[in-house]
Amino acid sequence: MNRLKYIGGTLCRMLTLLAAVSVLSFALVALSPIDPLTAYIGTNSTLSQEAKDAIAEHWGLNDPPAKRFLAWAGNFLKGDWGTSIAFKKPVKTVIGERFSYSVALMLIAWIFSGTLGFLAGVFAAVKKGSLWDKIIKTFCLALQSAPTFWVGLLVLSLFAVRLGWFPIGLAAPMGKLAQDVTLGERIYHLILPSLTLGVLGISKITLYARQKLIEILSSDFILFAKARGENISQLVWRHGMRNIALPAVTVQFAAFSELFGGIALAESVFSYPGIGSALTAAGLSGDVPLLLGIAVFSAIFVFAGNLMANILYGLLDPRIKEGRANG
Amino acid sequence: MEEKQEKMALLDVQKLRVSFDMYERGLQKKELEVLHELSLRVYPGEILAVAGASGSGKSILAHAVMGILPGNARTEGEIRYRGELLDRKRQESIRGKEIAFIPQSVEYLDPLMRVDRQVMGIRGAKEKQETAFARYHLGKEVERMYPFQLSGGMARRVLISTAVMEEARLIVADEPTPGLNAEMAMETLQNFRELADEGCGVLLITHDIDLAFQAADRIAVFYAGTIVEIASVADFLAGKEALRHPYSKAFIDALPQNDFKPIEGFQPYAGNLPKGCLFAPRCPMRSGECEKEIAMRKIRDGEVRCVHAT
Repeated sequence: MNRLKYIGGTLCRMLTLLAAVSVLSFALVALSPIDPLTAYIGTNSTLSQEAKDAIAEHWGLNDPPAKRFLAWAGNFLKGDWGTSIAFKKPVKTVIGERFSYSVALMLIAWIFSGTLGFLAGVFAAVKKGSLWDKIIKTFCLALQSAPTFWVGLLVLSLFAVRLGWFPIGLAAPMGKLAQDVTLGERIYHLILPSLTLGVLGISKITLYARQKLIEILSSDFILFAKARGENISQLVWRHGMRNIALPAVTVQFAAFSELFGGIALAESVFSYPGIGSALTAAGLSGDVPLLLGIAVFSAIFVFAGNLMANILYGLLDPRIKEGRANG
Repeated sequence: MEEKQEKMALLDVQKLRVSFDMYERGLQKKELEVLHELSLRVYPGEILAVAGASGSGKSILAHAVMGILPGNARTEGEIRYRGELLDRKRQESIRGKEIAFIPQSVEYLDPLMRVDRQVMGIRGAKEKQETAFARYHLGKEVERMYPFQLSGGMARRVLISTAVMEEARLIVADEPTPGLNAEMAMETLQNFRELADEGCGVLLITHDIDLAFQAADRIAVFYAGTIVEIASVADFLAGKEALRHPYSKAFIDALPQNDFKPIEGFQPYAGNLPKGCLFAPRCPMRSGECEKEIAMRKIRDGEVRCVHAT
């Protein structure tokens, strides 16, 4: 019963969120100077005014915004997400293709930032007040305040241009047919962009793990464990990790939103053909259907991240799991 | 009593001072002394209750013995365990083995670790844990519970069972009874009595004087960060004439079962202590002598820190 209620409530929240996101994005696009017609035919088109009017009439561009929104939303629900102007393909296909590239990138960055950040945070907390702690903290704060594209350019100029260790961009070697690209080459092209993206996500989780562990280490049960003979590494391994792992995982799942935001810039800098650069391209070329499609898609993605965090918490935290069974 | 004095004390605390470094407005460092020249001894087989008002720093004493004071604390004076100096190194090597700490509440258990593993600790064996649970009537089902699932009484017994996992000789119990009903509190005390009868020394820190009357062999009266009198429970039960320090006498008078007469004024704050005797400002017997340094002295089988005591 409780579970049904939870699932129902979650679905409800997701639907209202999606409705709100689509209304808001649609309103923003409608208010923006983007003219879908110009975006479609180009600025120096030789098309006559009558022909333009006919297209506008056919597309329903003269209808009031509410009616246009309902037409778009109705089609969207039926599975017709429209056709991307920039890519000349259905929006769904574009998102699908592009996301399959991005997902590897995001996954690597996410795992990389999660593990390294967590360990760095734990290390800093254990060595609280030491030089190492200060270095880690300063590094995190610097990263936190650095813009993604700038870090991306820095990484690019160091590792790709100066050192020449990694390719300067794209997802595969230039001039090679898609079917000839090897997995190794793909991974090789993934390293720099995922490193950039990961490094940007690292500071949040590091600072969080550090703060949380310091908090835990000053709690009463640590005092008692110490009084029972545990030394600092036993305290950290037996009690510290146990108590910070779950909240840290939650924070990392909640960071899905930043991951999506970061990917738009990171992919642009590295000309990586993922969903982030598709978003940039859509924005630059006034590709309204793709913009809206990605907006809704990103909302689902972020929502899924938070949902996973919630579910994990319920499954792993005994206070919730067994508390529910008892209550 | 004489016989007892000849036995070597299990725990011997002499002139213990504990102070904390605090930062005041700006970055001015200030030292706040919370324990002053505190001396006491715990002998094997006895329960010494340290009784005093809540928030007067009694727990600091327990933490100092265990060596778990926070980093900004500084200690002076001597703590000896079985004649040997109990320094940081020695504390680290024997705590949890020879010296067991029993904390106040379930808050001192890791909320995410099952009770059995927690009681076992770092060196405990499963069988020992089972024996301890059987001894304190904890059912099999308690083993798999998390601290939040324990009732007050269960939590109490779980905490006590941690103390019997190893052969502890000295048990330091910090406020073991608040939140328990009278029956549970009695049971807890009974447990301490058993441990003492087995030869352990128990340092029982409490704000509940009735509890101290029922459980302890001797009571140390704690006032404003020091101990003003140590006497046998018999002296306390005999009434104020048998006691030595004006505070202990006034304290007895203030009990609901006696005159219920409050003592004027309040305990001085650690940052703002009077010179000499800490009780002097509230004492009916105060004189010029009270402003000098007062040492602990022996009177009639007890110890007292007062120049007027007889």
